[in-house]
Amino acid sequence: MLLLLAVALMSAGALAFEVLLTRLFSIVQWHHFAYMVISIALLGYGASGAFLAVTGNRLCRHVGAAFATGAILFAVSAVASFAVAERLPFNALAVIWEPRQLLYLLVLYLLFALPFFCAATCIGLALVAFPERIGRTYRYDLVGASTGAIGLMLALIVLFPNVALKVVAVLGFLAAALAISERETGVVRKGRAVGYALAAIAACAALPQSWTALQLSEYKGLSQTLLVPGVKVLAEASGLHGLLTVVSSSAIPFRYAPGLSLYNSTEPPAQLGVFTDGDGLTVITAFDGRLEPLAYLDHTPAALPYHLLEKPEVLILGVGGGADVLLALLHRPPRIDAVELNPKLVRLVTKRFAGFAGRLYEQPGVRIHVAEARSFVAGSPDRYDLIQIPLLDSFATAAAGTHSLNESYIYTIEAFEQYLDHLRPGGYLAITRWLPPRDSLRLFATAVSALERRGIGEPGRHLALVRSWNTTTLLVKNGPLTGEDAAAIRRFAEERAFDLGFLHGMSREEANRFNVLDQHYFFDSAVALLGPQRKEFLRHYKFDVAPTTDDRPYFFDFFKWQALPELLERRTLGGAALLDWGYAVLMATLVQASVLALVLILTPLLWLGRHRPQAAAAALARWQIALYFLAIGFAFLFVEIASIQRFVLFLGHPVYAIPVVLCAFLFFAGLGSGFAPRLTARLDALSPPGALIRFSGGDGRCLWAVRVRHPALALAVAGIVAAAVLHLVAVPPLFRWLMPLPDALKIAVSLVLIAPLAFFMGLPFPLALVRVAAARPGLVPWAWGINGCASVLSAILAILLAMSLGFSAVLLIAIGLYLVAAATLR
Amino acid sequence: MVMTIEAHAKQASTTLGRDYIAPEVLKAVSAVPRHEFVPDGLRGDAYANRPLPIGYGQTISQPFIVALMTDLLRVGPDDAVLEVGTGSGYQAAVLAHLARRVYTIEIVPGLADSAAARLQRLGYSNIVARAADGYYGWEEAAPFDSIIVTAAASQIPPPLIRQLKPEGRMVIPVGAPFAVQYLVLVERDPHNGRVTTRQLLPVRFVPLASGGQ
Repeated sequence: MLLLLAVALMSAGALAFEVLLTRLFSIVQWHHFAYMVISIALLGYGASGAFLAVTGNRLCRHVGAAFATGAILFAVSAVASFAVAERLPFNALAVIWEPRQLLYLLVLYLLFALPFFCAATCIGLALVAFPERIGRTYRYDLVGASTGAIGLMLALIVLFPNVALKVVAVLGFLAAALAISERETGVVRKGRAVGYALAAIAACAALPQSWTALQLSEYKGLSQTLLVPGVKVLAEASGLHGLLTVVSSSAIPFRYAPGLSLYNSTEPPAQLGVFTDGDGLTVITAFDGRLEPLAYLDHTPAALPYHLLEKPEVLILGVGGGADVLLALLHRPPRIDAVELNPKLVRLVTKRFAGFAGRLYEQPGVRIHVAEARSFVAGSPDRYDLIQIPLLDSFATAAAGTHSLNESYIYTIEAFEQYLDHLRPGGYLAITRWLPPRDSLRLFATAVSALERRGIGEPGRHLALVRSWNTTTLLVKNGPLTGEDAAAIRRFAEERAFDLGFLHGMSREEANRFNVLDQHYFFDSAVALLGPQRKEFLRHYKFDVAPTTDDRPYFFDFFKWQALPELLERRTLGGAALLDWGYAVLMATLVQASVLALVLILTPLLWLGRHRPQAAAAALARWQIALYFLAIGFAFLFVEIASIQRFVLFLGHPVYAIPVVLCAFLFFAGLGSGFAPRLTARLDALSPPGALIRFSGGDGRCLWAVRVRHPALALAVAGIVAAAVLHLVAVPPLFRWLMPLPDALKIAVSLVLIAPLAFFMGLPFPLALVRVAAARPGLVPWAWGINGCASVLSAILAILLAMSLGFSAVLLIAIGLYLVAAATLR
Repeated sequence: MVMTIEAHAKQASTTLGRDYIAPEVLKAVSAVPRHEFVPDGLRGDAYANRPLPIGYGQTISQPFIVALMTDLLRVGPDDAVLEVGTGSGYQAAVLAHLARRVYTIEIVPGLADSAAARLQRLGYSNIVARAADGYYGWEEAAPFDSIIVTAAASQIPPPLIRQLKPEGRMVIPVGAPFAVQYLVLVERDPHNGRVTTRQLLPVRFVPLASGGQ
């Protein structure tokens, strides 16, 4: 029993460490590299299978001691790997220029693979040593993993990530203490184990601060800002949405105003910089109630809708530090609903820096809402004259292409339809993005599709695009733009040296007057998107600017294979900057992980083949075991990852969706796996394995008969297929219907939706592993390793497939894989 | 290095409007000992066409981008040039071979000091350096024939536009560290004083190589 608890703790530690690494990497480097390092490191799971295949017999003789050693090594290596990694001169940005960075990357892989290897060896050992309780062990593994994932997310609400790292190490030490105590008797010995654990915890607590202190990459915005004389960190707030750092700059103001007109002559007032994870600058602007110092904001493209509307009621989705609320105040609207996702950021503006920000959110008519944009809009009964989506990500972040793996539900066709439903007749949707001509063209294409879905014959009459030297603002009107509107837009642009990207009836010459591009990119593209050549344009444009949907919401993924040769050839001219790093890194990760996985699967197979020739006569062929565990390894993660991405829309943000969905899948799959032995026993009693099962019609005539060697497995896969199909068909409309529910209820609904699917998905692994243990016990660790490798590869592949085919396709592929698995062992 | 720059200029001709870098610019680039401007450990890579880290989270731009920006400024022998963002001092050194006087401002004191010392040691007597906020330019030395802003900016500082001579040119590279994405050329019309910008992108967004325009 204690060993099972140790398995749960070990599993919790490994999952918590995985989630924590994503956070830690996001802070010290950039998160897309976190993804790469963690994916490869997880191959430590695969390596543990190979290791156990070779040493399993010897280790099984001293399970408790071997487990405890592994758990202690996990605890030590979790902290040590991060401490050493921080001291490596790895620079993610220089990878394309410096081959030696790849060497550092390799060292990072090896470093972070170590803790996962240790954890997986412990769990694998428990499976190998006690074949009679595989189902229970697997259940403790899954339940432990789910607890670790959600526990870590909860811990991050109150703990700084580097402190949470120590908690992860503590989990390892506790697991070790439990494992040692497994075979111990007597109070003294048990007391000794508790003593070890307490000593280890005390040691973790006493670890020097510098070992786990976060050392930001010197290229991050915050690092560079801190070099400026007079810059001081005023506050830090850590939470699920990242580490916020507020800095003041007494000598040299921030003067942050993207897209500011060349004709503007006034300087922005004092600002405080707010960095998220050391980057992505947003500012809190000093406000003393006077509107004159804010005049500069009227010289940004985002001000355009205020020149077309009289005293509009405004909804701002994503206010950050509040600059767009100030812009709105400048035009004295009767009502501003400001929505911000990050409660800690809102708290900074409303509490700690309320005086500096002039009690911005307490101004007459202003209401602040902590919510995710889509959920807020779905739940709001109100209609507005203006819905504004400001520019919140910094240019450097956008330019680095690091968002390309992130789903973004605020820019999809369905989102646009929702916004349009919440606009009064004549109201505007206004969205600001950075140059170059990619983001705004995708927005334009999305708006065209959304308008067409509403049956509007000439969407071009509803659209206007204005650009400054570095930003663009797209307007979508709920109704056709009038001649008066067009005149006001022209006047606004002319007075600020902005160019018209598109306006119905404009001439091509008007498109490139103040901020000249070598071609009329925006105008020509807009015309193509509105005309019959749209498909051809989207096919030929150098970047993918086709509209995104809720099923494929990767707004920042502009990558096209066709453009790769030119981007690489022009790498030294700036082409590399246009390469979407997220995608490139993901592809590279997949290739590396595939090679490593193959090595990890083949090595023990060859070794086992050489030393255990008697196995050839067994009932299960090695190819069957390999194919089966590969298929279910891929399928499990495909379903899990596609579900996480889908539930992001429903639950509002990955920080809620990841723990809820992950936890639900692991927990209910754990229940399923615990139920596996009973299911087998009951079904075997009803119908012995290999019996002919007949399906009869109402008149008793046999309609269909099938010989099922493994009825429990057949039932499990049938259950998975039924539940997954239900998810495919019923979940999207259900989400639309239930979106306005409060968060707690939405979480409950999510659990209910996931429970049956996950329960059945927990069955195939223990059902088959028990058979392997009976028929070919030497191959148990190998099966464990294959499953681990498949899980890692599928995590990467699932995202690549979702980016190109959509979530529904990923779910369908998973269903197919479960059927393949069932057929393999039928 | 110069040959690489020339080859790159040909490659970039579609977006730059011409397929060569002025010979005097190339001469200036080859006259500056680039290895003096990079950390000791990276001297071996000094003449490779790539950006190099110089500490403080800053980089020295790749030679092609330096040559390109210098070329876009069209610096004449009697010109006064302002640089915002001294960094290692390399760009200022290149400009010093072409201009009468180069004024360079760096916001990070450590970088400003080391660059000033380096430029002095190398004998660049026509460069004046100081550590200050570049937003306000260099009022007492204004107006300038050309200005180059290598420090990241979310806006083009109005004081800099005011300090640009009527026919002057300003260049701003836009992008993340190690990844200049495009260059912005700011020009003032000598007749009406109107300010315009030109965005010089490295890659043509349309048409594709397949020819679908």
